[in-house]
Amino acid sequence: MGSPGACAGVLISKLNASAQTSNDPWLHRFAVLTAVITFFLLGIGGLVTSHEAGMSVPDWPTSYGYNMFALPIKFWRGGAFFEHSHRLLASGAGFLTTVLAVWLWLKDPRKWMKWLGVAAFVLVVAQGVLGGLRVTLKMDNLGVIHGVVGQSFFILTCAIALFTSRFWGRWSAGEKMFFVTRGLWTLVLATTILIFCQLALGATMRGQHAGLAIPDFPTAYGKLWPDTSADAVARYNAEHMDVVAENPITAFQIILQMAHRIIALAIFILVAAVAWLSWKRLGGKNLLAKLAFFWLALVVCQIALGAWTVWSNKAADVATAHVLVGALSLVTGALWCIIAFGRREGATITAPTKTISGAFGTSPAMAANK
Amino acid sequence: MDVRFTSMNYSRTNWFVKTAVLSILAAGVFGACQAAAAADIIGVITLTGTPPAETDLAPFISDNSDCAAMYQGKKMPTTHFFVVGPKGEFADVVVSLKDVTGKSTGAGAQPVVLDQKDCVYTPQILAIQTGQKLLVRNSDMCIHTIDFEPTVPGNQSHSDAQMAGAADLPYTFPKPEMFITFKCGVHKWMRAWVSVFDSPYFSVSGQDGKFVIKNVPPGKYTVEANHRKLGAQTQEVEVADKDVTVNFTFAVK
Repeated sequence: MGSPGACAGVLISKLNASAQTSNDPWLHRFAVLTAVITFFLLGIGGLVTSHEAGMSVPDWPTSYGYNMFALPIKFWRGGAFFEHSHRLLASGAGFLTTVLAVWLWLKDPRKWMKWLGVAAFVLVVAQGVLGGLRVTLKMDNLGVIHGVVGQSFFILTCAIALFTSRFWGRWSAGEKMFFVTRGLWTLVLATTILIFCQLALGATMRGQHAGLAIPDFPTAYGKLWPDTSADAVARYNAEHMDVVAENPITAFQIILQMAHRIIALAIFILVAAVAWLSWKRLGGKNLLAKLAFFWLALVVCQIALGAWTVWSNKAADVATAHVLVGALSLVTGALWCIIAFGRREGATITAPTKTISGAFGTSPAMAANK
Repeated sequence: MDVRFTSMNYSRTNWFVKTAVLSILAAGVFGACQAAAAADIIGVITLTGTPPAETDLAPFISDNSDCAAMYQGKKMPTTHFFVVGPKGEFADVVVSLKDVTGKSTGAGAQPVVLDQKDCVYTPQILAIQTGQKLLVRNSDMCIHTIDFEPTVPGNQSHSDAQMAGAADLPYTFPKPEMFITFKCGVHKWMRAWVSVFDSPYFSVSGQDGKFVIKNVPPGKYTVEANHRKLGAQTQEVEVADKDVTVNFTFAVK
């Protein structure tokens, strides 16, 4: 599984060690608000890249020399509209996250939740600084990291929203007991990690500022595998009439996009397998099976958006929708892993009043599922 | 003593005057010979085949109220990747003497202006010398940002905002580099490409496809014609005391 899987395992085992929740519905609502704002923030961030507007406001933390919060409306034009809106919404998300972290620290009885709030605060500050440095240092690579950290932060805010919910309290106390095979759980975790890698690959492609490396789909320059010889790439560039493409297409970018397509197919197959296995083993009415089918629907939608992005010559709104559905796919897989962690075969569930422990074999698990 | 001294002094002065006059004459003759020896490299660039259709910028410009207002009653532009005349005259090809370095007169040369007018760069392809001042002007009544990122070490990247009516922004490049992309972050369709040479021996083909590289000293050279989309072609030439003609033909497959 590698390091991300191990980290996720350690974190999730902490989560299930306590069935307590904050029991504060307003804290939960506030956490949901933070996650929703983060989602919108990802969207506006996606629009900034889609509109090639990352450098439309070349100074930071000021905007055209003005205090960021006092930039006259007449400057909110073109690319600057997206970039400046992104900065303002990011400030809002930063403020919400700070309040959330303080709230968790003061009110949530779970120690690990307090530190999760601190982690969210540190991550949002780091993310803000990364965004600022991407502008002041003019580094496209930082933009890619900024995009990937943004996706990670979205997972974190959604997880906090989950952990502060009443559902989580009941769930971790053993409500609606059933078990998930370790194989299925591991498959979901691996698929989620693959989606994360896919999003990082997508962010890298967007950060190349070269427009569409391959202008057709499902073929690639009319073939199953495109010619990446120097002559062919020169020909592609001559025919590439993209208005906003800053850099010429390279063979490497073409291979990156082919990898993106192949991984997309692999993700579809894996998520379809997860949905089928969940339905078969847990039943159609089971929460995790429903979540798996929702995940599959998202992935299908994501593939369609990917194709539309190509057919629309990377239209900004379509490309941004592709980023957002990708984020939802990632979060869905991550939440599936978190929810199912305590229900793996052999997992121990600690409830406030009772403990259901299991050195469960196949039979009890199957029995519980039935 | 006095007379002798005076005579000797006169004789020495006379010698200096003669030497100076002869030196000036020699220098003049040498300079004249040099000037006569220098010649122009001239030629025509032609494109064969049908280039891809240019992209209409109207959908982009219409999205921005500031820029759209500048085109009321006027046709909005397209991209200008392939500027071709009726007989294939190919404009915006940068022609230069390859590997001629250390000859820049850019520091003393007239600045070159890159204008932002009607939300497009004018011209979109231009060439300057190392050390030559490039003035970026904002002739529009809206803000533009000038954003460029050279790849050759020594040439600095910039990202500057330029308000309407602001003074020209000056930039210089110490190293030669081809096609540095200038873009505006506010108006994403705005693009210009600046090439920098370490000598004055370059030219950009005009609407008639013609180019002239002036006052090239005698010698053997490699002439390179470079189009942003179609890449580079080279030809060997020898310059003596007469103009040399070199034509290039680019092809779209």
